[in-house]
Amino acid sequence: MYLLLSSETNQAADFLSVTAKLAGGFKTTLLLFFLTLLFAIPFGLLFACISRMRFKPLRYLMRAFIYVIRGTPLLLQLMIVVYLPGIALQKPITKWEIFHQNVPLAYFCGALFAFSLNYACYFAEIFRGGIENIPKGQYEACEVLGMTKTQTFFRVILLQVIRNIIAPMSNEVVTLVKDTALARTVSVIEIFFTASEILRLQFIIWPLFYTGAFYLLFSALLTLLFGILEKKLSRYWK
Amino acid sequence: MASEQYTQENALLEVKELTKSFGDTKVLRGISFSLEKGEVLAIIGSSGSGKTTLLRCLNFLETADGGQILVGGTPVFDAEDASLLLPKNIRKNRLTFGLVFQNFQLFPQYTVLQNLTLAAVLSAKQNNPQYKTDKKTVLEEIDNHALDLLKRIGLAEKKDNYPCELSGGQQQRVAIARALMLTPAILCFDEPTSALDPELTKEVLRVIRDLKENGNTMVVVTHEMDFARDVADKVIFMAGGVIEESGTPTEVFSSPKSPLLRSFLSQ
Repeated sequence: MYLLLSSETNQAADFLSVTAKLAGGFKTTLLLFFLTLLFAIPFGLLFACISRMRFKPLRYLMRAFIYVIRGTPLLLQLMIVVYLPGIALQKPITKWEIFHQNVPLAYFCGALFAFSLNYACYFAEIFRGGIENIPKGQYEACEVLGMTKTQTFFRVILLQVIRNIIAPMSNEVVTLVKDTALARTVSVIEIFFTASEILRLQFIIWPLFYTGAFYLLFSALLTLLFGILEKKLSRYWK
Repeated sequence: MASEQYTQENALLEVKELTKSFGDTKVLRGISFSLEKGEVLAIIGSSGSGKTTLLRCLNFLETADGGQILVGGTPVFDAEDASLLLPKNIRKNRLTFGLVFQNFQLFPQYTVLQNLTLAAVLSAKQNNPQYKTDKKTVLEEIDNHALDLLKRIGLAEKKDNYPCELSGGQQQRVAIARALMLTPAILCFDEPTSALDPELTKEVLRVIRDLKENGNTMVVVTHEMDFARDVADKVIFMAGGVIEESGTPTEVFSSPKSPLLRSFLSQ
């Protein structure tokens, strides 16, 4: 990427070539986005379960952790995750064997870890609210009809939880699209990083503004998707 | 169906010395009564008197601390008998009782028909060997049973509607039909009309009256005094976790002895 940009420094950056470069960066943005969701949703569910556990020490520990993550900037968490282990072990993560000396991969994994953890905590709170908002009577109605706990959860409760969380989840997911831009601070070559490089090396500023179109397009797609889902579910509820 | 296996010699339902505390608060302080097959028992009393807790103990939503519950002479609950408290026994015995909730508690994501059939289908899947060999017949039987019940409560044409498309009175009637699906020996109601306005209350009470004419045994916690007087064979007035007074509707409503009952009725 660096080489590509430098070799073209003196060429006129036409619209198509800039679009192609930004699209390349956006691929990384999308990868970060989807992988974050892939990890944050199951971990969010796990965190939600732990923060509802009867065993108090674990429950309070979980809630304290969620509080810390939600109470500090994602930017700070990114720095800590990417740089602190390297400082502590006196060997930066880019030199760790598991990353095969692949510098972009090391940074990407670090960022992915921070994003996943951060979003898992937000999701956990959404899931917890979604579960706790189900009226107790729904569980009792299943109980008196002789249904087992598993049947109750999968046949009656789950869809109601999904309905409860769909609006706040859609919010968080759209926020995540934009938050991925923070990954550039830890050298992840996503779309915003790519545009900054064009500015730095070619002194053209408009690609930076052009990135907005990519974010907008993708957000629109997600909003549409969530809208359809919400409409489908609202058939059952007033 | 289930009720036919019980002999005439014993009362259908016998409750003996039931006690229940929440922390330091004694909610039930020894409740005993019995009910014959086909009888309707109305439980009245101010809030906090323990009437809802009593109903919840009958339906195993709460576990009583002491006492016994016998159905047709067979204990279904005994605080001294740990084997009856095993989850599998509770699941079996609780089906002796049906419960209709104050707020209906229909499942919003299912149609009226599906609300009725869900538990029956799940139970057939687990317990009915015929389900594996001839699934279609089993499901058809369940559907037909549900449709019969819907006809009886006058909502057959709403079978494909979702609960949110029904009025409160219609929802409660569906909830009653859902409870009847598993043919409980005793059907319990927890203030079935207190979430409804007077017009809708009427249609629900009409259904309960109709059930009585069909010989259903019922326990109804209610605030509708006229209804209790009209339909019940027995009335229990609860106060402070005990049965303060009980008897026929005439005895309880026309010549109340307890001062507590007298002041309750004069409100």
